[in-house]
Amino acid sequence: MSRVPAARVAPVPSAARPRRRRGFVRTYLTPKQAIPRRARLILGVGSFVFVLGLWSLVAVLVQNPLFVPTPYQVVLTWWDMMVNLSFYNDVGWSTFRIVAGFLLAAAVAVPLGLLMGSFEAVRSFFNPPINAVRYMPASAFIPLLILLQGLGEDEKITIIWIGVFFQLVLMVMDIAQRVPDEMLNVAYTLGASRWTVFYKVFLPATFPEVVDALRITMGWAWTYLIVAELVAAEHGIGSFILIAERYLRADRIIAAIITIGILGLITDTLFAIIHRLAFPYVQKVRA
Amino acid sequence: MSEIQIADVAMRFRTRRGEVRALEQISLTVPDGQFACIVGPSGCGKSTLLMIAAGLVTPTEGEVLVNGKLTLEPGADRGMVFQSYSLFPWLSVRRNIEFGPEIKKALPAERRKASTELIGLMRLDGFADAYPNALSGGMKQRAAIARALANDPEVLLMDEPFGALDAQTRQIMQELLTDIWQRYRKTVLFVTHDIEEAIFLGDVIYVMTSRPGRIRTTLRVDIPRPRTFDTLTDARFAELRNQVVGIIHEESLKAVESELVRA
Repeated sequence: MSRVPAARVAPVPSAARPRRRRGFVRTYLTPKQAIPRRARLILGVGSFVFVLGLWSLVAVLVQNPLFVPTPYQVVLTWWDMMVNLSFYNDVGWSTFRIVAGFLLAAAVAVPLGLLMGSFEAVRSFFNPPINAVRYMPASAFIPLLILLQGLGEDEKITIIWIGVFFQLVLMVMDIAQRVPDEMLNVAYTLGASRWTVFYKVFLPATFPEVVDALRITMGWAWTYLIVAELVAAEHGIGSFILIAERYLRADRIIAAIITIGILGLITDTLFAIIHRLAFPYVQKVRA
Repeated sequence: MSEIQIADVAMRFRTRRGEVRALEQISLTVPDGQFACIVGPSGCGKSTLLMIAAGLVTPTEGEVLVNGKLTLEPGADRGMVFQSYSLFPWLSVRRNIEFGPEIKKALPAERRKASTELIGLMRLDGFADAYPNALSGGMKQRAAIARALANDPEVLLMDEPFGALDAQTRQIMQELLTDIWQRYRKTVLFVTHDIEEAIFLGDVIYVMTSRPGRIRTTLRVDIPRPRTFDTLTDARFAELRNQVVGIIHEESLKAVESELVRA
C-alpha cells in the first residue's frame, strides 16, 4: 500500500475576493502588532548570535588578544578562573554580601514603606529625610564608611543597604498608597475592624507589587556591591576584576562581568517564579 | 425591622477657593424592606450621601440612624456595593463572598452553605473557585452583590453598581437585582444617575438638586411588582420617566449655568 500524502486543499484564489496581503511591512512594521511566535524566537536567539558574531569579528580584526579576546577565549578563561583561581570563592563572597545587604534593607524598607503608605503621620515624618538621601549616590558613601567601619564585610553590606533601602522604601510607599480606597471601604462595610482591614485587605493588596519592587532593587544591589568591591576588598567579584586589571587580563574582566550578568538573570528568574507561584491571580507576569 | 434614617445631613468641604457646600438639609427614611433610589445630576453629592450613610464619611451636620440607633462608624449592618466592584483579587469568588461571615467567625459549614446558595442565585456556578480577574464586569458585580448579601446586612447601600456595565448587561443585572430583592426584601438605598434604572428598581425615588445637593422631589413608583422586562414599556413607566427627566434636566442646566458664572 503506497502512502499518499493527504491532499491539502489550497484556497482557490477567486477574482471576486481581494486577497489578504501578508507583506513584510504589514507583519513586522505595524506598531504594537504581535509577530509570529517563531519569528519572536528567532529574533531572540538571533540577538545573541549577532552580539557574539560582532564581538568575534572585532576580536579577529583587532588581533590583540590582550585587550579584545574572542568569546571562545573568554569561555576558556572562565573555566581556568574556576579551576585554578577559585573564582567561585569570589562569587560566593559577593553573593553572600548581596543577600545579607539586600535582606537587611528589605527587612526594614518593606514594613516602613507599608506604614508610610498607609499612615500619613508616619509618611510626614520619614518622607523628607528619605527623599533627600535618595539623591545622594550610595557609592559616594564608600570612603566615609571605610573610615567608620573599615574594610570588612559590614562596610560592603552597609553600602548595599544604603543603595537598596532608600529606593525600596519609597517604591513600597507608592505601592501602599495606590491601594484603592474602595477596597478598604468595602471591607469596613463588611464589618472589618481597622486592624482586620490592615492585615486582611491592605497587606495582601500590596504583596504582588512589593515582590516586583524587590526584584527590581535586587538588580541595583549588584551595582553597588561591585563598586564597593572595586574600591577596596580582599575578595569578591569586584576585587577580582580590579586584580585582573592590574595584570592586564581583559579576558578575566569580561568573564567576571558576564558572570555577574548570569547571576542577575538567575535571581531575576527566581523572583519571577516566586511571583507566579505566590500570586497566581495576577495576570501576565513577564519573566 | 431594618430601617435607615438620614437626619438633617449637611456636608461642606473646605477647599483653597473657599467652602464648598456639597449637601444641605438631607432628611430621608428608608423603612424596612423598601427599595429607595436617589437620582440627581452629576456632581450633586449623591455618592457622598451614600458614603455618609455607610459611615465612611462623617457629615458636617446631621446623623445617620439604623433602626433608631445612631451610627458613627461603618459596620456590617450597612453593606455597600461600589461601582468599581472592589472584589479582593487574591481571593476566589467563594472566598470573596465568605469574607464577611469569616470576619464574624461564622462556622465554615454555615459559610459554605450561604456562599453556595448565593453563587447559585447570582448565576456564578462554575466560577466559585475562579479569581475575580477571570470574570466579566457583570459577573464581578454579581459577586460583589453576593458578598454584601452574604453578610446579611440590615441595609444594602449601592453606589451606581451598574454604572460601568454595558447597556445589555445592565438591563440583565437590573432584572436579577429585582428578583433577588423580591426574595430577600432588604432595605436598599440605591444611587444612580440612570433614571430608568431608578424607576425600574425603586419603590421611592428621591430626586436631588444640583450642588448644593438637596432633595427636591420624592416620587412614589406605583408600578406593581414583580417588575419584568415588560415594565419598561408600561405607560406609567414612561410618564414617570418624563417627569424625572424634566426635573433632572432643569437641575443639570442650573449646574452648568453656575459653572459658567464661576468661570
